[in-house]
This record gives sequence, C-alpha cells and structure tokens, in this order.
Amino acid sequence: MLIYLVQRFLQTIAVLVAVSVIVFFVMSFTGDPVMMIVPPDATAEQIEAARHELGLDRPLPVQYIVFMDNLLHGDMGRSYLFRQPVVKLITERVKATLEMVMLAVLLSLAVAIPAGVYAAAAPDSRLSRALMGGSLFGISLPSFWVGILLIFVFAVEWGLLPSSGRGKTVAGWSFLTRDGLAHLIMPSVTLALGTLAMLTRLVRAQMREVLRQDYIRFARAKGVSPSGLLFSHALKNALIPVITVFGLQVGNLIAFATVTETIFAWPGMGKLLIDAINTSDRPIIVAYLMIVAVIFVGINFVIDVAYTLIDPRIDLR
Amino acid sequence: MSEFLFRFSRDKGAVFGFAVIALFALLAPIGPYFVSQNPYDLGSLDLANAYKPPAWLADGDAAFPLGTDEQGRDMLSGIVYGTRISLFIGLCVTLFSCALGTIVGLWAGCAGGRVDSVLMRIVDVQLSFPAMLVALFIMSAFGRGLWKLIAALTLVGWVMYARTVRGAVLAEKGREYVEAARLIGLPPILLALRHILPNVATPLIVIATVQVGNVILTEATLSYLGVGVPVTEPSLGLLVKNGYDVLFSGIWWVSVLPGSFIMLLVFGINLLGDFLRDELNPRLK
Repeated sequence: MLIYLVQRFLQTIAVLVAVSVIVFFVMSFTGDPVMMIVPPDATAEQIEAARHELGLDRPLPVQYIVFMDNLLHGDMGRSYLFRQPVVKLITERVKATLEMVMLAVLLSLAVAIPAGVYAAAAPDSRLSRALMGGSLFGISLPSFWVGILLIFVFAVEWGLLPSSGRGKTVAGWSFLTRDGLAHLIMPSVTLALGTLAMLTRLVRAQMREVLRQDYIRFARAKGVSPSGLLFSHALKNALIPVITVFGLQVGNLIAFATVTETIFAWPGMGKLLIDAINTSDRPIIVAYLMIVAVIFVGINFVIDVAYTLIDPRIDLR
Repeated sequence: MSEFLFRFSRDKGAVFGFAVIALFALLAPIGPYFVSQNPYDLGSLDLANAYKPPAWLADGDAAFPLGTDEQGRDMLSGIVYGTRISLFIGLCVTLFSCALGTIVGLWAGCAGGRVDSVLMRIVDVQLSFPAMLVALFIMSAFGRGLWKLIAALTLVGWVMYARTVRGAVLAEKGREYVEAARLIGLPPILLALRHILPNVATPLIVIATVQVGNVILTEATLSYLGVGVPVTEPSLGLLVKNGYDVLFSGIWWVSVLPGSFIMLLVFGINLLGDFLRDELNPRLK
C-alpha cells in the first residue's frame, strides 16, 4: 500500500510538471504581453526596457526555469492589468468559487442519489419514466442558457432574486447571510443542473446492475426489508463507480464555474480567468491553470486511494 | 434489422429524437432559401425594425416570426444561419476526433507494449481534466476562429474514442478469427482495418452520436464565453451571448430563442443516442 502511494504520488508530480511545461510554452506563443503594459505611444526603447524588466527577452527554457523557481517559492508573477501578485488575486476569489461549487455538489448529490435509487427500484413507474426523461433533458441543457432563463424569470420579471454579485458576505462567505444566500441560489442551481442530471442517470444504471446480482436475491430471500435492501446492501456497491465519475464531475463543476460566474457576475476564480483571457493577462491564465491542475490531480489521487478503502477487492498494483 | 426498426418505432423518445435531428438536418441546407433575409448582409437590415418581439406577442410583426435583435436582424434568419454553423462544427469535430481516436486506439491496441502504455498514459492524463477547460485553454492560446475551434475541440474529443477502440481491440485480439487471419500471413495494418475495426464499430457509433450533442454544447459554451467562433460567423451560442445585454430590459427573445434551439437539437441527439446505446448493448438483451 505504502509503495503504491509513493508511486502514485511520484506520477502525480510528473503529470503536474508536464502540465506546467505545456501550459507555459503554449501560452508563451500567444500575443505579446509587453504591448499590454506599455502606454500606446511608447518608444522602441521603452518597449525593450519593459520586455527586459519582465524577463521576456531571455530564451524560453530560461524563462521556464525562472517561472518554476518562482512558482516553488509561491510566487506566480504579477497580473499585467491589476498590477498585483496573481496569487493574491486568485486567493481573494477562491472562497466565492468554492462556496458556489460546494453548494452545487450538495444539491446534485441530495437529488441524484434518491432519484437514481428510486428510478432503479421502480423502473416502470410513471415517476421513474419522468425522472429519466427529465434527466436526459437536463444533460441536453446549455448551462449558460439555463442561467439566462433563471435571470429573466426570477430577477427581471418577478424581481425575487438578485441577478449578479455576491451580496453581503461575512468573513468572505456569502452563505452566512440571508442576502448572500439569495445571491448564491441561482448560480449554484445553474451549475448543479447538468451534474445532477448526469449523476441521476449514473446512480440508476449502477443500481440496476447491482440489483440484478445474486447476493441481492439472497438478501431478499433472507427477509431484508426493501429499504434496507436498497440503501444498505445495493447502494454501497453501486456507489463505487459513481464516486469516480463524481470526482471527475467536481472538476467539471470548477470548469463550468467559469461560465456561471460570467453570467451572474459572481466574483470568483472563473470570472477572473475569463476576464484574463479577454484581456490577454497571461500570468493570471497560467496561474489559474496551474492551481486548477493541482486540484484535479489531487482529486484523482484521493479517489484512487478512497477506492481501496471502500472496496477491499480492488488491488491497485 | 426489421426487429431494430420495430423497436425503434415503439420507442417514442427515439422517434421524437430522430424527427428533431431530421428537421435540423433539413433546416441547415435548405433553411436559407426560406428565411426572409441573409443576416450577414448588413444592407438588408433596417434599424427601424430593431427589437421587434416575436409574432405571437402584442407588438409582433408577421414578417419577423421570432422577433428581431438590436440591428433589426430577423431572429429566425439568424437562428437558421447559426444552426448551420453549430451543426457544421458538431459534425466536423465528431468526424475528425473519431478518425484520430480510432487510429490511435487501433495503433495502441495492436502494437501493445510500450507504445500502448505511453499512448494510454496521455489519454488518462487528458481525461482527468475537464474537456471544457482544456478547450478553453487551447482557444485562449489560439484565439477565436471557426477552424481553430474545430481543431481545439478535436484535440479534446479524440481521447474517448481512442480509449474505447483500444479496449475493444484488446478484447478482439485474442479471438480465433483474428488468430486465423494472422496465421495466413495478413499484414498487421490490414488485420486491424479489415478484421478488427468492423467489430469495434458498434461502440463507436454510440459514442459518436452522443458526442455530436456534447460538441455542440461545448462549442456553444465557448462561443458564449467569447472564445469560440468569430463575430462574423455567429453560432447559436454566440447569438445567446449577443442577446444577453438586453435581457435586463425585458427583451428576452434575442437570447432565449437561439438557446432553445441548441437545447432542442442536443435533446434530440441524446434521445436517439440513449436508444442506440440500449439497443446496441448486447449485455442488456
């Protein structure tokens, strides 16, 4: 087990280094950041001076080594537009994205697991059919369009919910105040919808697979109550593949947070990224991608380890 | 085959999905001959017609069944042209990524050994990152453009096919008919193309169907974020983005209507894909 953990950890580091190389080199071919920071009427000397100051006149491999050296010291450069360290800009916005993603995660699990179990337990009932049709519909919805519909109905027409911003925050969290919570609802629901629909289908499919197995028939014959059968015998085994996909879905939620944050002007990391792409603010893009890569690789690592803990049959070597 | 058609005709969802797809497939080539204007021809636009609501509303104008946008552009015309672009991207990307993924999958599965493990490592790593984010990264480096978008989405999409084909090749490789073909001295390339490929076609069809819908959704999302198609070639997603600004003044049709066409198209594709998956999966029979 320990050997596996060490191996897996080394692999994780290798992946992160590869990602940093790809991100750094691909981004360095995009536009000329010097033009972003010098005034429009700058002379050739001023442009050269600015280029030298940023270290952009050095060969690319040297730039990469400097970048990695700074990165390992916790310095990811300064934003061209905000003139602030990107680490600061991103950490200021982490909480906003985190609470939105967390609420979306909770919402989708709270709906998807019961709905999926029900649809598997009573596959021919009217409600199950509606759930399956609804979930297929749910995965077909463009999330930005859902956000727009929600804004139009709840903010523009009915004036019930605010359409943008985070509202009142306490210690950087919106969900602690009534006003903040009102701001949080629509972005989280928009974000959760796709994942919710997908997980419902997945839970149902896995449950149906498990319910067909002999040990379930045996448990039923033994006299286990129907709810005990579903929730303690079947669900546990059905959830194993669900957890893997769920881990990937958390990554997806972070990616789609960029969309939701853009629609609802939610000041999180994702909106920062989209704004940075539109203004070619390269250090922010690179830093965001590196941080998110660490999160994804970390999630995968945790899932692999969780696998062995949940299911002792899985041998990782 | 007739059994397949029978079950198809009994599945309302699949029939509906097929009808939607057929409608869009017709709309794309012949739609421009039926709509009132070419939305790219600025000369045909009249600012006096700006922000007309859809025809069924009080101030609607029968000449503009789905209303008009801020330049007086007929929304129906814009949507028909936008559908063409969205469908074109969806089909191109699916075709290219399926071809690329199949080649890599066949290569990895047939070659085995180190080639296989290197290729599959790449696939694993890429699959651990959300497709949307990888596409966003590539597009932020490439800049906007129709073919750039197609290239980016192909680079994102091929991994699914590669993994599936490779798995199917490994399963087929040990079969007797493959062994027999190898023993009579067939070169490996012919073996892969003529004997293994036809047997992995079924999962490919299912994935490709669903992928067309996914690609259209991802394309719409990227275009909505402003890193997809250029403004001169607006897909449905870009139309939604353009309408977003006036949403707050109650002008909903400019953004909501193009989005509902994306939804309808993707829903149709998913309904058909769902049916095909159940139908072509021998385990469920």
